[in-house]
Amino acid sequence: MSDATINTNTDTGEAGFGDYFALLKPRVMTLVVFTALVGLLAAPVPVHPMIGFAAILFIAIGGGASGALNMWWDADIDRIMKRTRGRPIPSGKVERGEALGLGLTLSVMAVVMLALATNILAGAMLAFTIFFYVVIYSMLLKRSTPQNIVIGGAAGAFPPVIGWLAATGYMAVEPWLMFALVFMWTPPHFWALALFMRSDYDDAGVPMLTVTHGRPATRRHILIYTILLAGLALGTAFTAIGGPVYLSVSAILNALFLHGAWKIWRRDEEMAEVDNYAVERRFFRLSLLYLALHFAAILAEAVLKPYGLGGWS
Amino acid sequence: MSLKVTHELHQRRLGRNVGLALVLAGFIAVVFGLTVVKVTSGAFEPPRATQGGE
Repeated sequence: MSDATINTNTDTGEAGFGDYFALLKPRVMTLVVFTALVGLLAAPVPVHPMIGFAAILFIAIGGGASGALNMWWDADIDRIMKRTRGRPIPSGKVERGEALGLGLTLSVMAVVMLALATNILAGAMLAFTIFFYVVIYSMLLKRSTPQNIVIGGAAGAFPPVIGWLAATGYMAVEPWLMFALVFMWTPPHFWALALFMRSDYDDAGVPMLTVTHGRPATRRHILIYTILLAGLALGTAFTAIGGPVYLSVSAILNALFLHGAWKIWRRDEEMAEVDNYAVERRFFRLSLLYLALHFAAILAEAVLKPYGLGGWS
Repeated sequence: MSLKVTHELHQRRLGRNVGLALVLAGFIAVVFGLTVVKVTSGAFEPPRATQGGE
């Protein structure tokens, strides 16, 4: 056998390190890390930096593991959608079984390590989050109901709750406000994406709202959810995790977000096609900033509190 | 035929091995750091028997 027989294709089971890392959905992981960090730091209990670092690390690994399990399950539709065609499994770099193995191993490791580093409740909540994302969302909801995004959004909303639990070890109302913020933000965020990704979800047979109820209904839903979200986000300003800084940031962001949703609702497909979905794309980009800045404002309130500046007192 | 030729596949394999080594080393460092913090903060101390207790 000579070297010439070595297969140069990437589907040899010889994936690079980066391909395995890509299975963990690093971009989603940044959202998980940031919101979990805010949940941890907004908690009224100081955490040792090493314990805090370990907690965030294991929450991130748990989130990444659920991403790998999602890619294992969704490999067939990822192959069809333009947005996901380049992922490690559909591009032939990693085999499905490898993603399953990596996802399961990292899930168990992350849950056990988080429970050991912080407390059992935080570990249990991480386990439930992984279960919710993989089984409830990916396996049961995603392909069967147009409400997939609405209910599935809960999976992405758990990290601040886990962060809070890691710090305190007990449940409180505040982390659930952060949960609600991400939960209500997810549908308009994804529906805007579904509007300008056009045929992706149709081709894959995923019953997104754009497919089952049509695009005008999706535009209407975006507006309704944005109004509900604005009420929730502004109301949070007057709770224990809010304050003047949060209120100022939230007021500006919600004005912009409502304006964007209003413009999306006023448009039809013909208008959108003329400018290649510029309004929808802008709304989607704004949604990323919207969530990041809301959590940054919650963090700012928590950081300022020891100096007597955060919150309303 | 020289055995020294490094194929792209070998580079990928090396990158994967080095990456895994770094991940494992990082994991050991985190567990060590956690252990030091837990031990020095007294998290593993057995509860002390109170004087006059049974």
